[in-house]
Amino acid sequence: MQVEEKEFKPTIVAFCCNWCSYAGADLSGTNRLQYPANVKIIRIPCSCRLNPMFILRAFQRGADGVILCGCHPGDCHYTTGNYYARRRMTLLFSMLDFLGIEKERTRVEWVSAAEGQKFAETMNDFVATVTKLGENHRLEDLRCKKQ
Amino acid sequence: MQEAMIARAKELLADGSVSRVMGWKKGEFSYDISPAVFENADQLVDFVYDDFCGANVSKYLINESKKEGKILAFLKPCDSYSFAQLLKEHRIDREKVYVIGIPSYGKADINKIRAKGIDGVLGIKSEGTDFIVDTIYGEEKIAKFEAMSERCLTCKSKKHVDVDEMMGEEGEWNAESKRFDKVAELEAMTPDERFEFWRGELSRCIRCNACRNVCPACTCVSCVFDNPNSDINNKAAASSFEENMFHIIRAFHVAGRCTDCGECSRVCPQNIPLHLLNRKFIKDINELYGQYQAGANADEKYPMVNFTFDDCEPGIVYKRGGNQ
Ligand code: SF4
Ligand code: SF4
Ligand code: SF4
Ligand code: FES
Repeated sequence: MQVEEKEFKPTIVAFCCNWCSYAGADLSGTNRLQYPANVKIIRIPCSCRLNPMFILRAFQRGADGVILCGCHPGDCHYTTGNYYARRRMTLLFSMLDFLGIEKERTRVEWVSAAEGQKFAETMNDFVATVTKLGENHRLEDLRCKKQ
Repeated sequence: MQEAMIARAKELLADGSVSRVMGWKKGEFSYDISPAVFENADQLVDFVYDDFCGANVSKYLINESKKEGKILAFLKPCDSYSFAQLLKEHRIDREKVYVIGIPSYGKADINKIRAKGIDGVLGIKSEGTDFIVDTIYGEEKIAKFEAMSERCLTCKSKKHVDVDEMMGEEGEWNAESKRFDKVAELEAMTPDERFEFWRGELSRCIRCNACRNVCPACTCVSCVFDNPNSDINNKAAASSFEENMFHIIRAFHVAGRCTDCGECSRVCPQNIPLHLLNRKFIKDINELYGQYQAGANADEKYPMVNFTFDDCEPGIVYKRGGNQ
């Protein structure tokens, strides 16, 4: 009997700030730059909107990796939002690591509206990292998994 | 101490400076002491203060300070940090509280006393470096460091923050508290070991929410964990997710505001070392954003509502601490 090996395609949730990275994602699209289709983009008004619960909730519902993209520090549309987000994410990621949850599953990247190239590269790199890690088991909710 | 406190409370009640007293009274047993409000001098017969009075009374002052008249509160050093933090968050009306600082050299943990085979506990006294436990079988002596609750063994400060008067001697900040040692020990483990450690601890959680309810930093009128649509408002046996979510978020919500009073761990019926989560945040904040003690300084901005232009990037987590 032959067991068919299915290639693992991680589910990635990318929270993108409306004013920069979301436009950056658009730009990479119009420039026909490739990034994997399993990156699901969720638009948020500012990186600061990202409640840590959103990240955990994404993992609960089956994400294997979660990335936050926001305006470069200093360029936030609301001036300082991303500085707060930076502190929050640093502490949250450190806590996830403290609980033994693989730290490479979470990431923050600053991508401006003009950086379509960087957006695609970031996503490719992140997907590769998470693919190597495999499925998320440490922050999953069995009830949310497809049988 | 107890007699002196009652006497002082009676004085203040009599001259009208306060109309109520916040303190402790015995529960069903001598060791399950609970915070209590005394409305008049006669009720003070139930007032107790001994080495089982670990409960932090500062959170009760939120509601008490909304009522008519002034309340007298006896605060231990750790309580006074919580109190000061609550003042900073505008949760307590300072004008409505008269604070008497009382020294505390460490409270006893009934579980530790029981673990020593001492049963039928009727009361406790302190004598130098020992606790004298009164039991139905007679008196037992036990060294303080063997029976003190964990948080008291690693107490950060014997000094009060904001008091109107002191009873007994004011203490000092304790720089040698070693309170981050256990956190550092965990950090040095591999992620797999850490995961195992925390699964072992957190999976025992019964989601009674006692840790949240007692925490002086958890004062939200409506809490995220009470939302019935959240999937995490109760314990579901099917998954380990609830515990992770609850504990990460609970600790995160109080990050930068947690004074390390240790109440969460004290009340946990499952003896989960919750303070390790809070201390991890405190340690990180100290290391990454500069030394900070919640409650210590009313004018300082707390770290989660503050930033500098050259804060570290979240990527620092990949580089620092712990093994890969
Ligand atoms: S989280 Fe625990 S240690 Fe921190 S303030 Fe709340 S009860 Fe006290
Ligand atoms: S857990 Fe969060 S939302 Fe609930 S009371 Fe505490 S700080 Fe407030
Ligand atoms: S007090 Fe303990 S058992 Fe209760 S919810 Fe908190 S951690 Fe869980
Ligand atoms: S608007 Fe983009 S990070 Fe604030």
